[in-house]
Amino acid sequence: MKEKFEGRAYVLGNNVDTDQIIPAAHLVYSLSDPEERKKYGEYALSGVPAEGAGLPKGNTPFIEEGKWQSEYSVIIGGKNFGCGSSREHAPACMEIAGVQAVIAESYARIFYRNSVDGGFFIPFESEKLLTEEINTGDELAIDLKANTLTNRTQNKTYSLKPLGDVKDIIEAGNIFEYAKKTGLIPA
Amino acid sequence: MAMTITEKILAAHAGKTSAQPGDNIWVDVDVLMTHDVCGPGAIAIFKKHFGQNAKVWDPEKLVIIPDHYIFTEDPHALRNVDILRDFVKEQNLPYYYDPGTDDYKGVCHVALAQEGHNRPGEVLFGTDSHTCTSGAFGMFSTGIGNTDAAFIMGTGKLWVKVPETMRFEFHGTFPPYIMAKDILLQVIGDIGCDGATYRTMEWAGDAVMQFSMEERMTLCNMAIEAGGKNSVIEADSVTEKYVRERSDKSYSIEHSDADAKYIFRKSYDAAAMEPVVAKPHSPDNKALARECSDVKLDRSYIGSCTGGKLTDFLAAAEILNGQKVKIETYIVPATREVEHGIRETKIDGKTLQTIFEEAGCHIGEPSCAACLGGPKDTFGRTHGTEVVVSTTNRNFPGRMGSKQSAVYLASPYTAAASALTGHITDPREVMPAKV
Ligand code: SF4
Repeated sequence: MKEKFEGRAYVLGNNVDTDQIIPAAHLVYSLSDPEERKKYGEYALSGVPAEGAGLPKGNTPFIEEGKWQSEYSVIIGGKNFGCGSSREHAPACMEIAGVQAVIAESYARIFYRNSVDGGFFIPFESEKLLTEEINTGDELAIDLKANTLTNRTQNKTYSLKPLGDVKDIIEAGNIFEYAKKTGLIPA
Repeated sequence: MAMTITEKILAAHAGKTSAQPGDNIWVDVDVLMTHDVCGPGAIAIFKKHFGQNAKVWDPEKLVIIPDHYIFTEDPHALRNVDILRDFVKEQNLPYYYDPGTDDYKGVCHVALAQEGHNRPGEVLFGTDSHTCTSGAFGMFSTGIGNTDAAFIMGTGKLWVKVPETMRFEFHGTFPPYIMAKDILLQVIGDIGCDGATYRTMEWAGDAVMQFSMEERMTLCNMAIEAGGKNSVIEADSVTEKYVRERSDKSYSIEHSDADAKYIFRKSYDAAAMEPVVAKPHSPDNKALARECSDVKLDRSYIGSCTGGKLTDFLAAAEILNGQKVKIETYIVPATREVEHGIRETKIDGKTLQTIFEEAGCHIGEPSCAACLGGPKDTFGRTHGTEVVVSTTNRNFPGRMGSKQSAVYLASPYTAAASALTGHITDPREVMPAKV
């Protein structure tokens, strides 16, 4: 697990559901085929209504036309991020698009669990709602040891909640690596 | 130590005498269910981590029910079903319900119940968030992603954080125009769409126990729309009768102890309930149906694991009998068994099928259909700015296809009553005999 990383912010609102993260019409592609996977990047966050895409301005596409990777690698969300379906295509498409971390006030349970067990990115919980403090495009830095988020554009630092129970799985990489480490499945 | 049903089931499956909320435990899995949207991904992860020639932990315990993208020409969707077929052959799996054959069933959560895969006291995981539906059988059931499903395929186990339990009691008798869907929309509206996050929703009280198995399934179906991990209703003689007709495996019935700890408790007067809708674009955006009569509709949709069971169509037919719909009305049975029920069950000597046809409804093939939008050619999918009243479970932007369409969630009574008038209609307005 990296101790520090940096990236630009893409800010979303409350209750961003899995149909906004990856609309159901696109769930037909293979996640294991290296070429087809890119489709998930291309459509990542494509179901977010235009006014909520890249706050506070909105109307900022996460993925530029014709691309499958995003210039934003840290997602800032509000409450209940990832609610809705159990589709793992949701965290997967975000990882494919280049997301390294999501920082939300709270998560829907299955999305959170999928992000951790599949090792797609780190789902952090913020101590307070950040969606109105951070602007899409701000330069952010996350320090995992100190559990902090620094907004370099605005020169502000926020504390993040400790990862808690799931830290061991995140450190191992995913649920399989964790199970090997703990002897549940043979290494 | 006093425990709830959920705590008891999880403890028993972890080989422990007790389990407390917050404990992280590994449980043995009785049934893993997957479908065409998530199965192929789970299979790929299973092979990646356990080897190309790996065998699943117990073929008897893996149930595969394709249901989402079935009646479509989309080549990628069809390829996903082929991947399932190959895996079933390779692993020699006895429980697979193949589209295009007599074995095909339809929507997984309803098929699980109808084919006898739900049993009290068991632990069931499914790669679908509405797997919480099976909690109606007094079991622990919840949705998971592809990675967790692949892990179960290889090991038969999964880690679970024991949830806190919220208890919702309904006492007295529900009025005849009230369905489980109304109760659910009322409760989700009360607690909000993250009001039960990480928690169990336990349903109880004499009014709830008067419900049929199908209505109990509706009640448990939408725990996820409140963020819940699982939903549960204690098994009783109604449950046992349903299960015994479909499964000969043994099971155990768990009860919540009288002094079990709940994080939240609320008691409702059943008789005071009114028909409820959830306005766009969130299942917790609650309003009384009678307050929304100014909402003009383009479409009524009756179907899905929430509102596409025989009970739901009986309710709709009661209202549509001898009438004509004013707006496009779609009827989508959840499964072949429900479809059969629509063709065989009669009201006033007429089959439900005839009632729907005479009313001018479109009847589709059993599957998830437009409940989740899906490929462009999906039956009932929205493509523009349609305003829809629907018996499904989600009205997030774009859920039924078009980001511009607006969906009102409602009971089958309300959806049928609204189909007759063209605006959101409290069923009491068109069923005076019942009030
Ligand atoms: S009917 Fe709708 S909610 Fe139910 S399993 Fe299918 S897509 Fe999901």
